[in-house]
Amino acid sequence: MNAKAKSFSLLDRQVLQRTLIDAVVKLNPLHLIKNPVMFVVEVGCILTTLLIIQALSGHGDERTSFIVAISLWLWFTLLFANFAEAMAEGRGKAQARSLKGSRRDVTAKLLYEPDRNAIFDLVAGSQLKKGDLVLVNAGDTIPGDGEVTVGVASVDESAITGESAPVIRESGGDRSAVTGGTRVLSDWLIVRITANPGETFLDKMIAMVEGAKRQKTPNEIALDILLAGLTLIFLLATVTLVPFSLYSVRATGQGAPISMTVIVALLICLIPTTIGGLLSAIGIAGMDRMIQANVIALSGKAVEAAGDVDVLLLDKTGTITLGNREATEFIPIGGITAVQLADAAQLSSLADETPEGRSIVVLAKKAYGIRERDIKTLGARFIPFTAKSRMSGVNLDGREIRKGAADAVEVYVKAKGGGFPEEANAIVNGIAVQGGTPLVVVEGSQVLGAIRLSDVVKGGIRERFSELRQMGIQTVMITGDNPLTAAAVAAEAGVDDFLAQATPEAKLNLIRAYQAQGHLVAMTGDGTNDAPALAQADVAVAMNTGTQAAKEAGNLVDLDSNPTKLIEIVGIGKQLLMTRGTLTTFSISNDVAKYFAILPAAFSGIYPDLAVLNIMGLSTPQNAILSAVIFNALIIVAMIPLALRGVRYRPMGAAAVLRRNLILYGAGGLVVPFAGIKAIDMLLTLLNWI
Amino acid sequence: MTAHGIFQITTYFIALIAVAIPLGRYMARVYQGEPVFLKGMTGPLEKWIYRHCRINADEEMTWKAYAGRLVIFSVMSCLVVYLLQRLQGFLPLNPHGLPAVPPDLAFNTAVSFVTNTNWQAYSGETTLSFCTQMLGMTVQNFVSAAAGMAVLMAFIRGLKRTLSPTIGNVWVDLTRTILYILLPLSLVLALFLVSQGVVQTLQSPAEVGLLEQAKDGAATAESVQEIRLGPAASQVAIKQLGTNGGGFFNANSAHPLENPTPLSNFLEMLAILLIPVALCITFGRMLGDGRQGWALLAAMMMILIPLLGICLVSEQAGNPSFRQMNVDQSIGALQSGGNMEGKEVRFGIANSALWAAVTTAASSGSVNAMHDSFTPLGGLVPLVLMQLGEIIFGGAGSGLYGMLMFVLITVFIAGLMVGRTPEYLGKKIEAFEIKMAALVILIPAAVVLIGTGVAVVTRPGLAGILNTGPHGFSEILYAFSSAANNNGSAFAGLNANTPFYNLTLGFAMLIGRFGLIIPVLAAAGSLAQKKCVSAGAGTLPTHTPLFVMFLVAVIMLVGALTFVPALALGPIAEHLAWMRS
Repeated sequence: MNAKAKSFSLLDRQVLQRTLIDAVVKLNPLHLIKNPVMFVVEVGCILTTLLIIQALSGHGDERTSFIVAISLWLWFTLLFANFAEAMAEGRGKAQARSLKGSRRDVTAKLLYEPDRNAIFDLVAGSQLKKGDLVLVNAGDTIPGDGEVTVGVASVDESAITGESAPVIRESGGDRSAVTGGTRVLSDWLIVRITANPGETFLDKMIAMVEGAKRQKTPNEIALDILLAGLTLIFLLATVTLVPFSLYSVRATGQGAPISMTVIVALLICLIPTTIGGLLSAIGIAGMDRMIQANVIALSGKAVEAAGDVDVLLLDKTGTITLGNREATEFIPIGGITAVQLADAAQLSSLADETPEGRSIVVLAKKAYGIRERDIKTLGARFIPFTAKSRMSGVNLDGREIRKGAADAVEVYVKAKGGGFPEEANAIVNGIAVQGGTPLVVVEGSQVLGAIRLSDVVKGGIRERFSELRQMGIQTVMITGDNPLTAAAVAAEAGVDDFLAQATPEAKLNLIRAYQAQGHLVAMTGDGTNDAPALAQADVAVAMNTGTQAAKEAGNLVDLDSNPTKLIEIVGIGKQLLMTRGTLTTFSISNDVAKYFAILPAAFSGIYPDLAVLNIMGLSTPQNAILSAVIFNALIIVAMIPLALRGVRYRPMGAAAVLRRNLILYGAGGLVVPFAGIKAIDMLLTLLNWI
Repeated sequence: MTAHGIFQITTYFIALIAVAIPLGRYMARVYQGEPVFLKGMTGPLEKWIYRHCRINADEEMTWKAYAGRLVIFSVMSCLVVYLLQRLQGFLPLNPHGLPAVPPDLAFNTAVSFVTNTNWQAYSGETTLSFCTQMLGMTVQNFVSAAAGMAVLMAFIRGLKRTLSPTIGNVWVDLTRTILYILLPLSLVLALFLVSQGVVQTLQSPAEVGLLEQAKDGAATAESVQEIRLGPAASQVAIKQLGTNGGGFFNANSAHPLENPTPLSNFLEMLAILLIPVALCITFGRMLGDGRQGWALLAAMMMILIPLLGICLVSEQAGNPSFRQMNVDQSIGALQSGGNMEGKEVRFGIANSALWAAVTTAASSGSVNAMHDSFTPLGGLVPLVLMQLGEIIFGGAGSGLYGMLMFVLITVFIAGLMVGRTPEYLGKKIEAFEIKMAALVILIPAAVVLIGTGVAVVTRPGLAGILNTGPHGFSEILYAFSSAANNNGSAFAGLNANTPFYNLTLGFAMLIGRFGLIIPVLAAAGSLAQKKCVSAGAGTLPTHTPLFVMFLVAVIMLVGALTFVPALALGPIAEHLAWMRS
């Protein structure tokens, strides 16, 4: 499956048909009872349907056509809400179907010892248990999640990540995790299975996108309680209108007590059906936005927690800076020209295939026009980097050129009887203070100068961080660099804080310290040594390329393995909560207009003076009540796109976001229904409904 | 409205804030156990009480222990007040030889005073002996107010503490509130009131020669009138300060011996709102952010002032039926004009409307005019203020904790809107807190609606009303709104001293009190156990004008919209019919 490439059109006929069927299936009261607001709507629907039967038998409490119209629109209200939920689920279901395709049962080669040539049994993939060893040859599908114990192979993981380029999986290190359902393209692997059937990553992923195991998130539960409370209050407020109006009719001797039909209509209009109907759709859509960002949330809670995070721990390399350092300057010491230094540096790097080495060649050409030479035609001998010498270089026509870290070079020249000049020391320190990494170039026993290797901060990252700061989110850079280098990069990138010379323990302690101060911390990680920190963090994004331990410790898995994704994840989490909040506000403020529509209509028979409350000038009492009910149903449809897409999210401070959303959805929620109900009433009059 | 009236009202609010600020700071010191100037006098007394009641002042209680002890304490109080009434015929200090109070009335009255409601189905001077008034009513005026303030303190501790299983010691909170706050304030106010002519004596009745012979009920000519007196000043002071409202005399503060002069009226009005306003200041100080307290104060004022305005304008506009009879209701040099029915001439319209608004904003319920005689819109104002749940200042302590429940709901919705799990003062607001807050809003509303619904269609319910039509409906709605929200103000006009009303309103008061205290304490316990989230730019600020406005909107939408249909059938219908005539 490729989530990015495949887009699911909402207007696709097949999808639409399935959604409509689902909407009807969801009328099952056992399903609706989980949503108290919509359950009350369903009870109202059934009640009005019974009232129709009563009316047909000649004892109706209102005109039959009126009861039929009210009942019909109440059923529509329910169906619209179900439709929204089905629509939100639709995309996930389609993805789940294609994921299930890659779960087809494979035959596994069960080994009894980690030896490629040992005898194996052929068993069904679904029977593999934790700890089993399996052999996977080229062309085989990996039968389950596991850890590579022996071998190295290229694996096609497109079934999970959507990325078609194969990746390398090998034993040991940070690239040892394999996922069931992916395919080995070349070579072979011996894999130790780490997940029992039904608990694999693919299974979890299918469950999540399908929404089958969707559990309500904490804020969703709290909102559900609030909505249930409001529903109960409005239930009491409307049901007590029976005795109230009975008293009023007796007291005035005119009019009729409020009819059951009108009570149900008023109740359904007042209870927060807009948010109640769209609540689960919002949750599913939020999860879906994560999936579209190619992030798998292993719990719904994690998606919500992402919105709460206020400290981001970001790895320097790959997130804040480009993966590799680049040579940016040649600094010669006294008596040597820059060109001489650049020439020597270039020679020493011609055969150096590391990105740093390539960048030295590139800089020499760019800055001094020194053209690339072929090391073989020069007859030079390349001296590769070793852990012992910690230098690399070239021997050419008796010249011995070396480059390396300052302390390594110092040992080298002193052994050759030379001295390490004070000036060189000053240059080296100057580079380090400015956040660069110095490489000293030496020829024979004479130090020529230093090359400045700089971290290249990603374009636009500074602006990104300042946006985050406005939203109240601190960024902390994590790096293994020394504090001087780290401070300089941190300043350039504009992060709020940094952790230099980071060890797994230091990371874990930093997270605990932030949490003790009441912060919620998010981080990304991929290595096994990241696992404790990932487990401690409130939101932990594991890279899909990472180890099994990291993936298990995280609560989100980024299939793209893109460390910058964390920022996007925070945005999705916030958007989810904002959508719920704004629709709640909108739903509650809608009630004012509905009162003005229904109350004068319901009571002007008893107290004709109450007709002055009909400030919208609605045509007849029946039309007024029906208009309110129709508006209440249609507003759900109108809000479906908002619920699925999410409220527009901008990086602003909380106060600014509140102001904007209050004006849009609070004030808007007050005004819109006045216009909407009036328009529907005019339309009804035009249609000559009565 | 007269410039004079506006001047008095403005002076009132300025004086109120000016006195409340130092009091609020003082109370914060008391509750935080910091040294205060009264310590020398009350400190030994406090220790003496702890020693003799075997209270360990350092003991900390979980919310369940705190709530359990408070409920047991209240039940025992109820029993004592009930027995005092039933046995007053055998007890001393009964100069008028009053007999035992009937059981249903005694139950209603006991519940009423223990719940800080002070609904009075009895008339004070002709029903209760001095012994009952002093040991029953006055004592409960102190302890019921202290109970409300204690619960508020427990809630504040819930917000302040982190990872704590306990929320304080209920005995210490009650004792300190009474010794350091209520007793000294009442003493000062009582002396002021005595200086104005409020009676304080055990010599009763006084006999006064009439200027002109009059005939009594039995048509015998009388030349001497008997005026009942009593220890009124001591009870009136705490009745005003403790948002109790239960008067010594039946006519409450409209009675000349309970509220004789404009100055006594001013002081009594000041006393109504003093502690509820000061508690906002205390709240801010105790949480280390004064702005939080001012924000709540601002929200309360934003609701009170416009409603007061409606009441004033409506009362000053007078009665349209009189206009047709060419009765002059305009303001002039010789008359205040407007609707003077049921109002004391010595207070006039401005002071009667102001009292009506503040006594129902705070859950006092004491009156200096008859609300039943207010214009329909003028009477709607006290009704709405009660139906909001007694959170616009509200009862001593209980008003602020009720308001804080609305704050939790507002913070929850607003917090979601800014994209973060909602938090208030560093505490995450989650499902449990929302459940408790929803209960606090739901319970009184349910009691008002169901109670009124039952009363308006049953014979015993309808037997009590004086007027027919929408006004009669308002009378019943008012009674249940007053009882369920623990206000105690009476519309008058409803004869509530019947077994039906004594029992239904008695239970309404009980549910309205303990149905809220328990969830509030539960929420406090849950908040105390949470850790504190640090604030940043992503945190929703809860002290800004924007938040205050949203809070007001939520209170109006959730608290008030519930009653709109009922109000339409009562005061609004009455008002519209009136305007037509």
